Amino acid sequence: MAISSPSERLWWKSPLHRVELIWITVAFLWGLVMFFMMIYWHAAGSQNLSTETYKTAPFTYYAKVETMVKDYQVRELNGVPVVRPPAGGDVYLVGRMWLWYPVLELQKGQSYRLHLSSLDLQHGFSLQPVNINIQVHPGYEHVLTITPNHSGEFSIVCNEFCGLGHHTMLGKIFVTEAAEGRS
Amino acid sequence: MNTAVFRTCPTTGLKVDLSAQALIKANAVAAVVFLALGGLFGLSVALTRWPAVHLLPADWFYLALTAHGLDVLLLWIIFFEMAVLYFASAILLNCRLATPRLGWVAFGLMLVGGLTTNVAVLQGQSSVMFTSYPPMMAAQYFYLGLILFAVGALIGCGIFFGTLVIAREERTYQGSIPLVTFGAMTAAIIAVFTLASGAIILIPTWLWSLGIISTIDPLMYKLVWWAMGHSSQQINVSAHVAIWYAIAAMLFGAKPLSEKVSRGAFLMYILFLQLASAHHLLVEPGLSSEWKVFNTSYAMYLAVLGSLIHGLSVPGAMEAAQRKRGFNKGLFEWLRKAPWGNPAFSGMFLSLVMFGFLGGISGVVMGTEQINIIMHNTLYVPGHFHGTVVAGTTLAFMAVTYLLVPLIFQREIRFPSLAKWQPYVFGLGVAGISLFMMGAGTLGVSRRHWDITFSGAPFDFSYPPAALLMLALNGIFGLMAALGGLMYIVVVVSSVFFGKKVEGKIQLGAPEGPPAVATYGSSESLRIPGTLMLVAVFFVAFVLYYFVNWKYLSDVWPMR
Repeated sequence: MAISSPSERLWWKSPLHRVELIWITVAFLWGLVMFFMMIYWHAAGSQNLSTETYKTAPFTYYAKVETMVKDYQVRELNGVPVVRPPAGGDVYLVGRMWLWYPVLELQKGQSYRLHLSSLDLQHGFSLQPVNINIQVHPGYEHVLTITPNHSGEFSIVCNEFCGLGHHTMLGKIFVTEAAEGRS
Repeated sequence: MNTAVFRTCPTTGLKVDLSAQALIKANAVAAVVFLALGGLFGLSVALTRWPAVHLLPADWFYLALTAHGLDVLLLWIIFFEMAVLYFASAILLNCRLATPRLGWVAFGLMLVGGLTTNVAVLQGQSSVMFTSYPPMMAAQYFYLGLILFAVGALIGCGIFFGTLVIAREERTYQGSIPLVTFGAMTAAIIAVFTLASGAIILIPTWLWSLGIISTIDPLMYKLVWWAMGHSSQQINVSAHVAIWYAIAAMLFGAKPLSEKVSRGAFLMYILFLQLASAHHLLVEPGLSSEWKVFNTSYAMYLAVLGSLIHGLSVPGAMEAAQRKRGFNKGLFEWLRKAPWGNPAFSGMFLSLVMFGFLGGISGVVMGTEQINIIMHNTLYVPGHFHGTVVAGTTLAFMAVTYLLVPLIFQREIRFPSLAKWQPYVFGLGVAGISLFMMGAGTLGVSRRHWDITFSGAPFDFSYPPAALLMLALNGIFGLMAALGGLMYIVVVVSSVFFGKKVEGKIQLGAPEGPPAVATYGSSESLRIPGTLMLVAVFFVAFVLYYFVNWKYLSDVWPMR
């Protein structure tokens, strides 16, 4: 029994049951499939999180955000600037208690280098309803290239607890059709 | 020096060191108290998430969520594991417990530490969640309490190892240690790694909260903290798998199909489970993909392999035992004729099934590097770990309690019909919690979020209506799980304090028959078609669900 010592002293010498051997083999191979699936997706898949990261300081990063807002602001939404950066360029988004700043307007089918960082605590970039979730740290600038493939209004929820106002922390990304982009 | 006093257990014939018995009792009682407290906080969280009820205000919600994690994930489970360690060493090995006095010191440290952290949380200045990610800072007593608790638990592990050494020196057993003790040893080895990681990160964080250290790097904190946070869940896995084997042995006289395979599977845990810190860092900046892929898969899923092996060998051992006893008809007579009215069995079997189907599959899928992008920090995460830690570990611990009360506390179970239904009520409640939180998470709903309708936000946003429905269902099943928890506490507390004293030998499970599996290794003696069918169903579900999630992923915005 499992609660007493093995009845055969040399238990490690007893051969494997065929059933067990088959299951161990199947399970091991399935593990390999899952392992190589991740590597395969790096080569063939379109959703891989960039690892490009820079150390930064909140003030340094915020200065870049402000420069972008000054250069590319097109309007304001509920007191928050809406920025329409050029396609293919750098976009700076910052999380702070309790706002994703600024609002972005992107063009469908265009790629952008999205920079993410936080001014204070950790925040969670959670793009809805697409459901892309990325952790955002203060002191680290994370750069990823995104290509919106649907037009419409998207919301950025904060999904890392960041204090009592956490549930009010929202941001917006508007994705416009490429044609509107030229007008 | 050797002043241990023993009694002889009339049921098992084992010598029971009375000081070990007292420590087992104390740790189990403390565990149940914290389960009650933490369960209450958990219920209030579930009722707040239910949009139509929205029970707590925001500050209380985050306080309750922090306390819930602390009390059930840490205090209930580790206190109970201390009881399991003392049981699997001193009792199963027929041996005296090493340094029982130090055992009380460990217990005292854990109790004082647990209470200190609870007080810090209840004072309201430490609603930082169980994970306490910096730069968010809790009161210094929050960290200090955790450190004291960890030191106490570390001492408890030391006593376990010391007892193993004594048992070997004094030859209290023949040959190798029992499989259950081997599983407990796995848990204890992982616990040492875990608690050491906790000390390495919590001591500097405590100094930071005192103003002695100026900053804690948030990324470094997460890496080391999760070496405690996730690895400690692997202590639970090892402990509850050991309990599965123990219950199968006590109720059916089931022998492991193969000692070599089962022990090898535990060895996989020791070697590879520690890499799981990566599961929490898959969408973090600053870590390479190579690092993520290797670590998140426990080096090519070798620890998952361990669990898959136990998933065959535990029910397989029971099937073999039942078939030997004559329940040989068809695929499933052995299972139909199992003691479903015995809460030790029903709790254990539900734990086994739900740990695999709910907690296991979702964990591997969510821990896939790229798929984590569509799941990280959504309610999918708590959905997953309520499948592992509550449906798996907690239910297994509850099940074994129904054997520990008559054997160790020597009291009969009171309210047997309440006890009979308890695992089903609790199990169904937890299954609902787990599934509906995973469902809401798949629809994007954030975890740790007081108001998913975003009142007071500068913009409007709402999750799909189906998500709100899922959270209402989560609340309803939360009530059911709380009811199941309450039934457990009523039965256990009243049995321990007011139960009839057990005299003489008791009947644990099936009446004694021929030994379950006569010899190891003869393939003729092993026929487990029912288990094979269960495992095949599981495997197909696993593979399908895995690839469905790659499909979901392929629909989101391309990124690189």
